[in-house]
Formats: sequence, structure tokens, C-alpha cells
Amino acid sequence: MEFETVIGLEIHAQLKTNTKIFCGCSTEFGKPPNTNTCPVCLGMPGVLPVLNRTVVEYAIRMGLATNCEINRTNQFARKNYFYPDLPKGYQISQFELPICEHGWVEITVDDTIKRIGLTRIHMEEDAGKLIHDDHEPVSYVDLNRTGTPLIEIVSEPDLRSPEEAAAYLRKLHAIVRYLDICDGNMQEGSFRCDANISLRPKGQEAFGTRTELKNMNSFRNVQKALEYEVRRQRDILLDGGKVVQQTLLWDPDTNRTNAMRSKEEAHDYRYFPDPDLVPIVISEEWINEITVSLPELPHQRKSRLIETLGLSEDDAGIITGDRELADYFETALVRYDNGKKLANWIMTELLRELKERDQEISQCQVTPDGLAELLTMVDKGTISGKIAKTVFQEMMVSGKDAGTVVKEKNLVQMSDEGDLLKMIDEIISANPDQVTEYRGGKTKLMGFFVGQLMQKTKGRANPQLANQLLAKALDNK
Amino acid sequence: MDLHTLTIHQLHERLDRGEVTSVEATEAVFGRIDQVEGKVGAYITLNRTEAMVQAEAADQRRAAGDGGALCGIPLGLKDIVCTKGLKTTCGSKILESFVPPYDATVVKKLKDAGAVIIGKLSMDEFAMGSSNETCAFGTPKNPWDLAHICGGSSGGSAAALAADECIAAIGSDTGGSIRQPASHCGVVGMKPTYGRVSRYGLLAYASSLDQLGPMTKDVRDCTLMLQTMSGYDPRDSTSVNCPVPDYSAALTQGVKGLKVGVPKEYFGEGLDSEVEQAVRSGIRLLEEAGAEICQVSLPHTDYGVAAYYIIAPAEASSNLARYDGVRFGYRHQEAESLLDLYCKSRSGGFGSEVKRRIMIGTYALSSGYYDAYYKKALQVRTLIVQDFLEAFKQCDVLVSPVSPFPAWRIGEKIDDPLSMYLSDVLTIPSNLAGVPCMSVPCGFSGAGLPIGLQIQAAHFAEEKILQVAAVLENELGVVGKKPSLV
Repeated sequence: MEFETVIGLEIHAQLKTNTKIFCGCSTEFGKPPNTNTCPVCLGMPGVLPVLNRTVVEYAIRMGLATNCEINRTNQFARKNYFYPDLPKGYQISQFELPICEHGWVEITVDDTIKRIGLTRIHMEEDAGKLIHDDHEPVSYVDLNRTGTPLIEIVSEPDLRSPEEAAAYLRKLHAIVRYLDICDGNMQEGSFRCDANISLRPKGQEAFGTRTELKNMNSFRNVQKALEYEVRRQRDILLDGGKVVQQTLLWDPDTNRTNAMRSKEEAHDYRYFPDPDLVPIVISEEWINEITVSLPELPHQRKSRLIETLGLSEDDAGIITGDRELADYFETALVRYDNGKKLANWIMTELLRELKERDQEISQCQVTPDGLAELLTMVDKGTISGKIAKTVFQEMMVSGKDAGTVVKEKNLVQMSDEGDLLKMIDEIISANPDQVTEYRGGKTKLMGFFVGQLMQKTKGRANPQLANQLLAKALDNK
Repeated sequence: MDLHTLTIHQLHERLDRGEVTSVEATEAVFGRIDQVEGKVGAYITLNRTEAMVQAEAADQRRAAGDGGALCGIPLGLKDIVCTKGLKTTCGSKILESFVPPYDATVVKKLKDAGAVIIGKLSMDEFAMGSSNETCAFGTPKNPWDLAHICGGSSGGSAAALAADECIAAIGSDTGGSIRQPASHCGVVGMKPTYGRVSRYGLLAYASSLDQLGPMTKDVRDCTLMLQTMSGYDPRDSTSVNCPVPDYSAALTQGVKGLKVGVPKEYFGEGLDSEVEQAVRSGIRLLEEAGAEICQVSLPHTDYGVAAYYIIAPAEASSNLARYDGVRFGYRHQEAESLLDLYCKSRSGGFGSEVKRRIMIGTYALSSGYYDAYYKKALQVRTLIVQDFLEAFKQCDVLVSPVSPFPAWRIGEKIDDPLSMYLSDVLTIPSNLAGVPCMSVPCGFSGAGLPIGLQIQAAHFAEEKILQVAAVLENELGVVGKKPSLV
């Protein structure tokens, strides 16, 4: 039997505000435990929340960038449950009246554009962190993160494969980065996602029983976990079994999912409007102000690069998929105006080198100007394209600029005919057999002679000139 | 002279004239406490050492020419507001050792005005009760008859005032908790408009209903306290940013031409005849003083108690979730797991009335019941608000009894929660509507127990209440009578 996969994602994005959502505490990451706290976020008796206006602004930005309707009146609600990382015994969230609803984004998978619906975006506060002692049966509570603002973005069950889910996740990641409302760091948990996934026989309208997947802290893990879950559910269904509705935790070490204990998920959250916070009323003026201030979004930037520079769909998609990478590209473009060549270099050399080093573009040792200089040297014939790759690798390691590397390593291209002819004469006299064979018609041996010359010049010979001079020398005699 | 018997304005005059010092007045109040507290039991915590320091500072401040109305005045605070460095129990074992790291906004305002904090006053546990019998640390007695309740939940505040154990006090009112004990103890108590006084630092019982207010020996003192306590607080999103008028101006306005509404539903079945008589004689006096009396109707009054006992416990079930034994307050020492810690700490730390309301509230908010209970209660609340809006189209204030009967005997209703709940039928609607209201003494029962008259007005019309109260105070001559405790 053929099955269709149905996936919906719930994404939590920590907002990049300076202070927490309901108090004036700093949101800075990595402070000593319980230092970014005050009576309000500690949930001391008698305290009251006061909403951070920037949180609402960021949520509206996200809503506008994802084609949502912005609810002119929306409201916070309390989600009640007990846990030591939740000092008030409830999380302030939104329930019946979230700030944004009914949005959509477009993703591209296998050259097909698909529209994915967004059910809602709501604002809420993050909980603290528990730290479990590895040696003693003791747990510690760190409430620094308590009250950090989050938006939760809930998709419609419109995703039909793990690839689509990953593409959607990357798309939203790109949007929050472009809007500059979230740092997007999945390892630190500032951008995280849970997935609901079910299978149904192809053609069937009704959804199958779903499971909820948690603890996937990278794009790769999200796709791997979903792929695993598709296989697991399909095996169950093919065996005539039934999928149990439950919450599963992805274990990246064993590459499989494990069920959470059912006790941990048996919640009735008893949502009700938070009486400490008055309904939020959003004016038309404010929405207009935010609309006008929205930056260029990933899909807009992609279209612009395709139209103005002639980049390919794929290259433009990858470059604009990461705001930092696109900024890098456009900064380099100021000093080096061949967009296609630049894009090609970034797509091949730069991304490969970064991947090998497991680095982000922000950690790259080569500046956009540095890359522009390197490519200009190639265009001017100062170095060859091949040498440029060596120079680039050196730049990635040492952080030195191209000129310095070329000078230090003496890599300037040899374009002096006299010098090259001298070496060609030496090669011809040292390899009489090959010369005879070549002259006898085995012209494939040209490669051998070029190799010899490159060896002698340590790769610095101007390739075109080398070929030209060699051919001339060999054919003449 | 017995300094502890004075009102704020009487003591203020003497302080201003240099006849007495705040230190002397504070010592006099503590002397009175030493004398009668054993009988009354109004305080949970006394602040002797710090109070004397505050009194000295107030005297210096006054000597430097910076002595406002509350400077050097010994006050008692209901143990429901956070006081930095001073134990705040909310009448509960679960907070028996809790020392707040911050001052409530109201406490800060009073301290900034130079007030002297005598101590923390007894109350029903988490303000849940109408007799102060649910307090984990004993029940204060009614100074007019020690066998009777002083009312609740701000029972300690009312009892301390009647017994002259402080010059003035603050209370909090969620369903009548300032007015009912004020009525039972023969003192003045006002619940201001919801949003008039900051709730920051007030331990929440039912956030949409709770409001802090003054409890005083006379109406003028009430204006002085209200003046200092009121105002917008950026720390409380529900506090309202509108100007605070000069309340004392209302005291001399009289009631000529004022339209006084008498809501018929407040004089229905179950109203004690002595209470009705006292209130009606108050109304006659207002008429004689030039007020226009009219009959009005608030048809949904009877549903107030039912709506209240859904909304208040629902909010409480969430507000009280933070008392979990993890970070502060009582923690059971023999818990074997996290769940066990929660269960044992909360079972051992909360009293039975608090547990009852947490259970009611949890039930009302549960999925499948929310629409039938909580949502329905909110709809009833809207109807009650509309009742008031309609009524205030016809009149300026509403006058009625506060409690259907005078203070009952200690123990009489404690095992009958429903009859206890119903005793709040006349005070609950103003909380649901958020309107300001007051209890002002208007007479005594045959057994010598005080009877209060309730005045309610439209949102932010506290001045009209004060106008009426001032006239009643002058004409009735009831305010200022003292029980013979010693």
C-alpha cells in the first residue's frame, strides 16, 4: 500500500529583544545561573507582568512577512501546569486570540513551488532550565531564560514529506533572520521546532493517528527524525498495527525516537485569559509603520538577484536562504561586479570550505572584500584560477588577504615567454621518448608536458600561455 | 492623652504643632497593643524595632519641614502586601516564613509619605473567608464583643482599628473583604475603583477582583489614605492612568441635589431587621440633608455570588500555583519525588478553605467544563456590570446594607461554607463590576454590634461616595464610638 505523509510544524523562535517579555531583566545568553532574574520573572508572590512593546512589534513583523492577518485585539492567556522550571505554575501565552492568524509562505522542493499555510503565530514566555547532576540525584533550576520572549509559529498540516518540512523550516529560519527578530541559533535553542506527523493511505481524506516529535535541534536532525518516523509508522501500518498517539523524543546519538513517559504529557492546561494583562489593541498606524519598515525578504531578494545579475534559480535560492550569506555576497559584489562568477565561487569553494570546517558564514576568515580582491587577481591574470583555490584555502586558515598570500608563497603567475621557453626546452630535452611519441601523433601527451611545466613552475605558469608555447615548441621540430 | 485613640488628622495636627512626636505616638500604639492584643489578636507580625526607626526618621523629616499628612503616622498593613524584609504570610502556613525581597507599590508610597509600619495584620488565609477564621495563625476577635467574628478577610485591620491598635490600616477587598469587617467592627473601609490603586505587591487571590483600600477610624482619614495610595503604576497593567483628584474637597460638598439610589434587591429576603432599620434611618438622614432618594433595580444581584464563586476560585487556582514548595515558603521535608513534593507541600501548607477554592477553580477551568462554568460566569459578570451602568444613569450613588446581618458568633458558620458565601451577597457585585464602594458606620444592633451602610458609585466616582459618607458621619454621630475593651 502506498502512504502519504502529513506533517505540521510548531516552531518556537526566541525574540532578540534586549529585555524579557514581562519584566526589565536582560535576555543575554550564558550568564551565571539565576543572575538575569528579578521578583517578576522569579514568580515571587504579588508581582505582576508588564508587556514588552517590542515583543508585539516583532510578532507583527513576523505576521506581516508571512502573509498573516494581524488580530487588532488580542489577548494573553495562562497555560497552567506544574514544573520546577515554571516559577508561576503557569506560562503566559496566547490561546483564543493570538496576534497573527491565517498566513502562508512558499517553499520550493524539486523545482516545484508550494504554498504552506500558517495557522497562527502567538507570543509567549519561555520557561527556565533544569540542570540534572550527573553524579548525584539532584536537579538545579536556572531561571535566566524564564520570561524570554518567544513566538510560536504553527503550520497547517500541509507538509507532505520530510524534505518539505526541512524546506519550510529553512524558509522560516531565513525570514526570522531577515527580519532580525531572532538569532536563529538552533544549538542554543533560540530557534526550535516540534513536529506532528501521521501517515494515511494515498487518496484517503481523513488523517491517520499522529505522533509528536520533539528534541530535534538542527535542520538535519529534523529531517532525519521525520524520515525515521515515516519508516517507523509505515512499518507499523504495513504490519496491520496501529500508531499510538504519543510524544516522541529524537535521540541524535542512536538516530531513533523514544516515547516520553505518558505521565509527562497527560495535561489539561486549563487555559483562561490572564487577568493581569489587559487585551492588546493594535492600531492601524502601528501596523502601517511596521509594514513600511519591513526589510527585503528572502524571496524578494532571490528574485532581484535572478533578474539583475542573471543568477540561476538554485544559486540565488541558496545564497538568499541565509541572510548573512546573502549580505556577504552583496558586500563582495561592491568590489567585484561579476555576479555570476562570484556566485559560482561562493557556491563551490566558499560553501565547501565552510562545511569542511563546520563553520557559519559569520565565522568565515575571508572577508567579502578579500574574496573580491582574490577574484579580481584571477581576472587580471595575476594568478591562475587553480592557484586561486590554493590561495583561498590559505586565506581561510590564516585570515591573510590574497595579495599577502600570493607574495609570501611566491604564487604570482608566470607569463614571461622567455622564462617559460627556457623551461620548455629543458623538458623537451629531458623527455625524448615522449617527444617522439607526441610527434608521431599521440597528441594526448600534451597533458603530460603541461604537467611537467606546472611542476617546474609550482603551478604558477599561465595555463593558456603554457599550452600555446608547448604546442608551438613540440610542433616546430 | 491616649495618642493611640487618635485619627490620622488629629495626630497630624498635634505632630505639626510639635505637641507630640511620632516616636511617642508609635510607643503609645505599641503600649495599646501590649495592653489589648492578647484579647483581640489582630496582628500576625509586629515590626517594633523597625517601626521605632521609621518614627524617628519621620520626626526628623517633620522637623525639617517635610511632614505630609501621613508622616509619622503609625499604620497597620493587612498581611497580604509585600513588605521588604518583613515577613508576609497572607495568613497561610505555606508562607509562614516568607520574607519578601521587595515592597508593594502601595507600601512604598506609604513609606515614602513617612508612615510608620506597626506590623502585619491578620486575615483569612489568602483572603478566602468572611470571618477571619481561616487564618492559619488564629482568629482575631471583634473588639465590640470578643465572642463574635471581626469579619473577613481584612478582619485584623478592622479589629485593630476598633481596638485602637493602630491609627489607620489598609485592607484588600475581593468580594467585600474591606467593607464587611469594617461594617462588623464599626470603622470606615473603602474599596476604590478597580485600577485606582496599584496591585503590584498585593498577593493575588482573584486578580480581576482584588483591590487594595484604606480602612480608617473616620471618613477624613479615608480621604488622606486614599490620596496617597491611589494612582497609576507602570508595574500594574490593570492600574488606570487617570488623574487623582483632591479627595478631601468632597468632605464639605454636602449631598444637596445628589441622587441617591436605593436598590430594591439589596433589601430582600434574609436581611436582618435591625440592619435594615439602621440603614433606612441613614437614608432618611440623607434625604433630610437634601439628597433625592429614588428606588432603583439591579436585577442580576442574586447571581453575583454564583458568578463570583466560579471566577474567583478559577483565578485563585492559577494564582496559587506558585506556592509549590520549590522556591520559597513551606516545603514538606519527606517528599520522595517531584510530584510527591508538590502534593505534600501543598496539602500540608494550605488550609481547607483554600484547598476547597483551588479545587472549585480547577474544576471550573477544566476542559469540557470551561464553557459551562467559567465562560457562563463571565457572561453573568457582564450583566452585572450593565446593571450598574443602568443604575448610574438614574442616580449618583447606591446605598444599601453591607452585610445582611451583624457579626455572628465565632464558629457559627465555619462548617457551613455555603451560608458563609451567601453572607457576601451585597458586597460581591461591586467587585464584579469594578465600581468603588465603602462601608461607613450607621448604627448598632440591640446587642451592641456595629452596623455599616454601603455606598457604591460609578467607576472613579470615589468623591461622591466620600460626599455621602461625610454627611452620614456628621449627622449620625456613630463614627468614633469605641468599644469598652479594657
